[in-house]
Amino acid sequence: MGGKPRIAVFKFASCDGCQLSLLDAEDELLGVAEAVDIVYFPEASRTMLKGPYDIVLVEGSITTLHDAERIQQVRRQCRTLITIGACATAGGIQALRNWKDVDEFVRVVYATPQFISTLKMSTPITEHVQVDFELRGCPINKRQLIELITATLAGRKPNIPAYSVCLECKRRGTVCVVVARGVACLGPVTQAGCAALCPSFDRGCYGCYGPMESPNTGSLTNQFRILGQSNRQISQSFRSYNAWAWQFRKASEECERE
Amino acid sequence: MSRGGKTIRVDYLARVEGEGGIYIKLKGDQVQDVRLKIFEPPRLFEAFLRGRHCSEVPDITARICGICPVAYQMSAVHAVERALGIEIDPAVRLLRRLFYCGEWIESHSLHIFMLHAPDFLGYPDAIQMARDHRGVVEQGLRLKKTGNRIVTLMGGREIHPISAAVGGFHKVPSKTGLRSLVEDLKWALDASLSTVRLVAGFEFPDFEQDYEFVALSHPDEYPFNEGALVSNRGLSIDAVQYEEHFMEQHVKYSNALHSCLRERGSYLVGPLARFNLNFSRLPEIAQQAARDCGLAPPCRNPFRSIVVRAVELVFACHEALCVIAEYEPPPAPRVEMPGRAGVGSAATEAPRGLLYHRYEIDERGIILLAKIVPPTSQNQKRIEDDLRHFVPGLMTRPAEEITLRCEQAVRNYDPCISCATHFLRLKIDRE
Repeated sequence: MGGKPRIAVFKFASCDGCQLSLLDAEDELLGVAEAVDIVYFPEASRTMLKGPYDIVLVEGSITTLHDAERIQQVRRQCRTLITIGACATAGGIQALRNWKDVDEFVRVVYATPQFISTLKMSTPITEHVQVDFELRGCPINKRQLIELITATLAGRKPNIPAYSVCLECKRRGTVCVVVARGVACLGPVTQAGCAALCPSFDRGCYGCYGPMESPNTGSLTNQFRILGQSNRQISQSFRSYNAWAWQFRKASEECERE
Repeated sequence: MSRGGKTIRVDYLARVEGEGGIYIKLKGDQVQDVRLKIFEPPRLFEAFLRGRHCSEVPDITARICGICPVAYQMSAVHAVERALGIEIDPAVRLLRRLFYCGEWIESHSLHIFMLHAPDFLGYPDAIQMARDHRGVVEQGLRLKKTGNRIVTLMGGREIHPISAAVGGFHKVPSKTGLRSLVEDLKWALDASLSTVRLVAGFEFPDFEQDYEFVALSHPDEYPFNEGALVSNRGLSIDAVQYEEHFMEQHVKYSNALHSCLRERGSYLVGPLARFNLNFSRLPEIAQQAARDCGLAPPCRNPFRSIVVRAVELVFACHEALCVIAEYEPPPAPRVEMPGRAGVGSAATEAPRGLLYHRYEIDERGIILLAKIVPPTSQNQKRIEDDLRHFVPGLMTRPAEEITLRCEQAVRNYDPCISCATHFLRLKIDRE
């Protein structure tokens, strides 16, 4: 196509935090903007150019029929589609509706439910179109975002590890909150990326980055029981920002059945 | 926009947080209909909060908004604490003010430099603006980074920080930790003063409205987490009485509810309201910065909100420095939660205005009912009223300019559409 790579940012159901990460990269933003053409990013610019795009960043989950159609159009316009954040990669916190009656949700909170059109499920982008890379996190880590964009432009594999939060804890020398204080922590089954923030703030990990590669959720569930947690508590631990990621979903459903 | 004397339409409003558009219908020079259309998909927070433990509320509600997560955490912890009868330590109270300073600095500099200034200087965005005004954009980014540094130091990360807890914090910073912010904040205070001068020099449309301003008001402080809810028309209530005076309406064209005063209709929350109702509680340095550029309460021109935001930047940098100088760590990071049932409401001042939460909690700590009214829901009706009065004065201008000015009029409010759209519980049908 010639010229600089064209980048676009599309939003679906989300809090805007992950795309804000791009603006929060205060030291890199102007540099990135020189290396690429950000041609569609409504949160930051009135200029909204049509595709095709070289890289599209997609934030948010699919919760309406309109969005289910829109993501198909987005896919057709881009070479590389990257999903950013727990909403886009796992359905987000709004996927808690997936276990409930969404019509009841709407009736409970709306005076005129018929004005509202929403799907029964909140689903990740990958259930709708082919995704080239999923960047995890609620929110994503802006360093990982910059690394991912750089790697994609250079045509190399991004350096984004899929190991657990435990490794990050060890690396920063944080004392294990489970072993030392008996605090329930999702670190052993959660993918790294946040630099093990919660244990460094004296609390257990609550799973912002979703399941690590091959997590042993059964073993962690047993450990939580030893710590005195009820099935309901354990199930809810798995059901937060990455509730619909299949490994966490399976773990929470197993607890509910018991 | 297709004009032809009929409609003004902005399908996708840029440089606001979330998905919305504007639709204005004209008949001759008469405005027939104004709609701020919000098509941000609903996420149903109040519904799925039911059944969760109240200790999770600050983490979950932060996810309503990536730009003002601290505001959600603050309104949430105060409401839950009121429900459970928890008294927080004075040092925790001070730290929460500092946490809020960080968010105000981050959010206000984002809005002033990246979202709003391009309207006044004639650019589609801050990146284009940087080609001609690199120093201005760099100053904005550095200010924003200073705000984010406070939030990150106290909460681990700038978006969805992880330290806020019912009863206090999971972990509180050390005195040395906080002191590491001082140099940046001193720079930021100077930069804020120059920001006031910069934005006060912009050209403002000659447009004033007779607003009802609503904000918190505290006897001694510019408001963050505490105070009575007051207005310039005599409202003076506690957050507990909020729902007696305010109600939400559900309109077909918007996925966000319109909030209004039961007796008097639309009202305005945010920097203009806080400034007009609390000017005397601003520190002298911020008052002086305002006076020097000819800004005094009552300011009724919404386009000047950018100057008021800059004055609030001065306040937030100054306040952060005061808190850091005064800070002694509390004996414990947080008070333990008692096992009791209760109902609690609280309102705090998010960067873009009043944010109300109410929770009903059972004796196990489980949420039975949640209600959240974000600032943009409250300003929505007022934004439409502004457009209704603003558009007739523009009719002789070229189409592109009318569209741009209407967008600017919406951006005056720094609307946060993701916040506004998460389904508020309604009670208006029996009115």
